Amino acid sequence: MSQGSNSPGSISPRISRRGFLIVGATAAGALLVGWRAGHAQATLPYLGARIEPQDLGDFVKIDANGSVIIGARGCEVGQGVKTSLPMLIAEELDVDWSRVRVEQLPYGYVEGDSGASDKYGKQGADGDVSVAAWQDLRQAGAVARWLLVQAAAQQWSLAADKLHAESGNVIAPDGRKLGYGALVAAAAALDPPQDPLPLKLPAQFRIVGQPTPCVDAHDIVTGQAEFGSDAYLAKALVAVMLRCPHLDGTLGKLDDTAARKVAGVRDVIVIPRPKSGAAFDGALATGVAVLADDTWAALKGREKLKLEWKAGPWASESSAALVTQANDLLDKNQNGVAVRNDGDFALARKQAHSTVDARYELPFLAHATLEPPNALIDVEKDRVLLIASLHDPDGASRILHDITGVARDKIEIRLPRAGGDFGRRLKNDFVAEAALIAKSAGKPVKLLWTRADDLQHDFYRPFGVHALSATLDRKKKLTGWSHRCAATPRNYRDTALQTQPVFSSCMQADAIPAGLVANLEQTFFALTSGMPRGDWRGSGDAFHAFASESFIDEIAVATKLDAVKLRLELLGAPRLLHPGLDTGRLAAVLTLAADTIGWKDKHRNGHGLGIACHAGAGAYAAHAFEVSVRGNALAIHRAVCAVDVGRTVNPLNVQAQVMGGTLDAVSSALHLAITLKGGEVQQRNFADYAPMRMAESPQSVEVHIVESGTDPVDFADAGVASAAPALANAIYAATTVRVRKLPLLPELLRLI
Amino acid sequence: MPDKPIRHSLPTPVPAVAASAAEKTVPLRINGKAYFHDGDPDMPLLWYLRDVLRLTGTKYACGIGACGACTVLIDDKAQQACMIPVKSVAHRRITTIEGLAGGTLHPLQQAWIAEDAVQCGYCQTGQIMAAADLLKRNPRPSDADIDKISNLCRCGSYPRIRAAIKRAAAATQAPHK
Repeated sequence: MSQGSNSPGSISPRISRRGFLIVGATAAGALLVGWRAGHAQATLPYLGARIEPQDLGDFVKIDANGSVIIGARGCEVGQGVKTSLPMLIAEELDVDWSRVRVEQLPYGYVEGDSGASDKYGKQGADGDVSVAAWQDLRQAGAVARWLLVQAAAQQWSLAADKLHAESGNVIAPDGRKLGYGALVAAAAALDPPQDPLPLKLPAQFRIVGQPTPCVDAHDIVTGQAEFGSDAYLAKALVAVMLRCPHLDGTLGKLDDTAARKVAGVRDVIVIPRPKSGAAFDGALATGVAVLADDTWAALKGREKLKLEWKAGPWASESSAALVTQANDLLDKNQNGVAVRNDGDFALARKQAHSTVDARYELPFLAHATLEPPNALIDVEKDRVLLIASLHDPDGASRILHDITGVARDKIEIRLPRAGGDFGRRLKNDFVAEAALIAKSAGKPVKLLWTRADDLQHDFYRPFGVHALSATLDRKKKLTGWSHRCAATPRNYRDTALQTQPVFSSCMQADAIPAGLVANLEQTFFALTSGMPRGDWRGSGDAFHAFASESFIDEIAVATKLDAVKLRLELLGAPRLLHPGLDTGRLAAVLTLAADTIGWKDKHRNGHGLGIACHAGAGAYAAHAFEVSVRGNALAIHRAVCAVDVGRTVNPLNVQAQVMGGTLDAVSSALHLAITLKGGEVQQRNFADYAPMRMAESPQSVEVHIVESGTDPVDFADAGVASAAPALANAIYAATTVRVRKLPLLPELLRLI
Repeated sequence: MPDKPIRHSLPTPVPAVAASAAEKTVPLRINGKAYFHDGDPDMPLLWYLRDVLRLTGTKYACGIGACGACTVLIDDKAQQACMIPVKSVAHRRITTIEGLAGGTLHPLQQAWIAEDAVQCGYCQTGQIMAAADLLKRNPRPSDADIDKISNLCRCGSYPRIRAAIKRAAAATQAPHK
């Protein structure tokens, strides 16, 4: 560890026994309480350690004038963590939320005696944040409050347990008050508690559970909020790239003479292609970067590049060929990977009174974050600065270290807001590109991706075909369920997924009706394809559930059973089927969605009602839609979603995320597909990859939150999985046309 | 280039080819202030705002006028800054999100906060500028009028955006305002 010149002037940082938190003071006398995490939450690497001042975190900073600043550690990509995580700290700190100012923390990487660790705990945008944060961030707030109460106790010579904290004051039994600001200096000199403090009971919550608007709302609506692409450095050149459009293609000839003649163009740099078949741990494709004084000059320069690409090994790949490949594999039904086998499905099929069979086809999807990938980077000999819209700053830090050789504790990463994510920014390929360009140019670089770059070079949600079969006995009871899937698995050239089963993120062994049907088989067939793949907003759940939840509806239709009643009977008595599935909680959201849409009265003047439900990643959701189709026009009259995502920290945000997830799923299901021809992605902008606009969106999504009181889970994806099948089921109810292929709308128009 | 910014067809008061640097300078009026652009007169307004003036509230997202993230007001009319060469808006009155508020926030900005319409927030400045144009022309917009705003929101915040526009319309109609 070295002494950073920007270290806070702490007089004596101390650490609690379990290494949770450190306490200190700034030179100006502000109290700091920071989180110290080890590699693993269970280990205690900093037990009794002396912490150097520069290692101080600052989740909580209270100035002598009483103003409270709370640090937000997560990457804010629109999922609301910059508001909800500081709420947890403020709750235990007992301050008025209206007096809190939230500041985004940078990525915090530190190296200690026991190795590297994340200074502020988990900082990704993903689901880990909410669950882990529920414990550690409340503890950070509680420790700060505890110190302030101790300081007041000393000042008044009273026992601390006689005092209580409220709205930024410590209050004595006789009503005397001391504001936090007046106690800061004394509190900062105290030793922190040796053990984790007891936290509030839910009945004591004053901030958690309150509808709380986005902390950046004012800055956003006035254009002041900084997103990754809004960051500039004085000497940075703007870089735009022309990437090889062919999967694993290569650069043939390059003539950059004309490009270099464009006024403002400073350099042209070739980014080598990733090794064929090697993991996508760096740039995604070979390309040519044009560096210029401003974006316009860089774009004009890119226009003037004369080059020839060589098609790679995937030159004959096409969407049509993938469909054939998938159906052939499903037809042959040989050498599949067993995902799950309960009972004897083959026997159930022989003994069946009737069977239902269907295949469902899902296309590749792009993320199309409204803010395209971007990175502003300054690489020096012994330090790196990165400012970008990120989801995984830890991964970015590793990539920068690999490319530049600069020690990770000398890599500074700032985390402005990101204009959407949906899983795209889990990858740091754009960071790698920017680092390679900056290293080669010897100048700071601001890399901008255009929309075509983004749609043509993504890590797409997988393509696949699901084949489902159900067997029923004479009493229409479901006796067997077979789910086979042929898809482009996500582990393709993905280092992190090499230890996962090949089917993960395409099939879910535990999704209903698994565990509820005596004879069940699930089998996976991996397709051969050169398309990069990635996570896409609850993709594992959504990819599986469109097939399984459409198919349950088909069984209900075939057997003339009510689709809600069929599901409730399958779920049976409330019980924990496996750690991720409480049948009672799933039944509760299903029933609530059905009751809200008025499921029992299905006769509505040609309107159709459809429903679906899904449990995944600890969240439970059910969607119900009311739709009509007149001529070529589909109208969504009502959209209902009931969710149970554990305790609600910020109901305004849960509603927003569930609404947004629903509409994202509806938009994608209706319209969107990334298609391939000649080993090249065909879509290039919002004209041919056209997400839903205002006019098409339901005027409201009726979100109903079931408060189950369990610990919070990540809810950003909860509104996605059951939306598309519920919509398809509603379209069937309105038209008796079953759409088994996404996107729905072109397929519906083909069928009717 | 598939997403090449397309040339815009507004009248061009400044000659496209100028004999000297002085003649090439494009006078601009942005948020009530005068600016003189002496770079490429074909530079889209979007990049002039962002790269030169660092008015970054106007966003890039498609470059072909298809998403509305770069919406600004030109003489009170919503336009896509990615499609407008700087030379074509010389002397015109340009308002960006940074110039929308007066002494207090614009009613739309207030309504956006009140409805918590923001998720990632990236599209919202463009949405607000498009709504400002709508309310100026039509202070009491119907749902069908609001539907004509075609700005893209990838987070799916449309219902709250709609509610915010209605709230702002109601606030500006209120007798005490």
